[in-house]
Amino acid sequence: MAAYMSAGRSENAFSTHDFVPEWAQEEVSTGTTIMAVEFDGGVVIGADSRTTTGAYIANRVTDKLTPIHDHIFCCRSGSAADTQAVADAVTYQLGFHSIELDEPPLVQTAANLFQQMCYRYREELMAGIIVAGWDKRRGGQVYTVPMGGMIVRQPVSVGGSGSSYIYGFMDSNYKPGMTKEECLHFCTQALALAMERDGSSGGVARLAAITEEGLERRVVLGHQLPKFSNT
Amino acid sequence: KMLDDSLEPGWLSEEVKTGTTIIAIEFDGGVVLGSDSRVSAGETVVNRVMNKLSLLHDKIYCALSGSAADAQTIAEMVNYQLDVHSIEVGEDPQVRSAATLVKNISYKYKEELSAHLIVAGWDKRGGGQVYVTLNGLLSRQPFAVGGSGSSYVYGFVDAEYRKAMSKEDCQQFVVNTLSLAMSRDGSSGGVAYLVTIDEKGAEEKCILGNELPTFYDQ
Repeated sequence: MAAYMSAGRSENAFSTHDFVPEWAQEEVSTGTTIMAVEFDGGVVIGADSRTTTGAYIANRVTDKLTPIHDHIFCCRSGSAADTQAVADAVTYQLGFHSIELDEPPLVQTAANLFQQMCYRYREELMAGIIVAGWDKRRGGQVYTVPMGGMIVRQPVSVGGSGSSYIYGFMDSNYKPGMTKEECLHFCTQALALAMERDGSSGGVARLAAITEEGLERRVVLGHQLPKFSNT
Repeated sequence: KMLDDSLEPGWLSEEVKTGTTIIAIEFDGGVVLGSDSRVSAGETVVNRVMNKLSLLHDKIYCALSGSAADAQTIAEMVNYQLDVHSIEVGEDPQVRSAATLVKNISYKYKEELSAHLIVAGWDKRGGGQVYVTLNGLLSRQPFAVGGSGSSYVYGFVDAEYRKAMSKEDCQQFVVNTLSLAMSRDGSSGGVAYLVTIDEKGAEEKCILGNELPTFYDQ
């Protein structure tokens, strides 16, 4: 959950706010909704596409689903800079490890690399990450590494500022044993609900399904998102 | 430090809050209100069976959230004002009148108070009505959720709400919402209280923790 506080600014004779818009002084945040669901044979991951600096939307078509390896992705929430930096570092480490091993890496390995970095630098980082993918040993897996650097494997996980609003929906609508299409539908609905309520989430819904065969990416544009009107 | 500095337990100096989940929904012919029952002071639960659905008049109730003292005081004041008002007009007060009285207090003292009341009831002019008075505004809505637990169920209520639900559907909707919120929000819990108000009157019901619906992973 990215509750964003900008650091205190010292008062100068010529304050920067005269020359530069306020949003240019704010840190860039992926105030976000991200989620991942396991199914038999793979995982489905999803995210919104909004990146904000304060109240300005710096990028309305962000891709928060970042490949770490062929069958392993991560969903990023929190500070955009922190999560990009950590993801780049883990991608390098995992690539190296996979060459040494001469095998595709395990999802658990990728998740633990994230966890180690997020825990070691927990005071400096603001990163909430969900690692999801497929490997031969355990099939589809979702590991969540929230802020603070803990790790836990869950069949379904949500993260980011928008996630608060969909815990109830997730608890009531998730059923174990869903198919890939059912998972995609579930994620689309959950993201749409969160994007509707959370000001820091919005844009398009990006989804991806990762299976043994490979990767399938989808984008659900704003007007195609399910509508839940109750007023 | 081996010993606590204070001679008193920590919770005596913490503010008492009804960190809460409250919900009200209208149906054709009445309303259903629901709440959890947890009152916390810091991390301690000081009352695990508090009924947060407070009577304002025979067929008008309000749901309390935020600071327990502030919310209760507002409800008591409005209860008194409504009694006087209904005698003056010689008939049962309108739900909108009750909501306006709550709003007037919430708005006038908005800097000092930290409570949010949802007002709901039945009157013969407008049928079942739900009003929110958050921060001193007044707004009628088909349904409303409030309290700390409400954040977690916005997605659920947005997805599950349908127009023109029956009384029983509304009751089930309220119970499901409360159960989901109580299982995610540390400040909500205990039992679920329900009040169903229609032309005939108000019916109160209490659903114990083990009788609440359970969802995946519970």
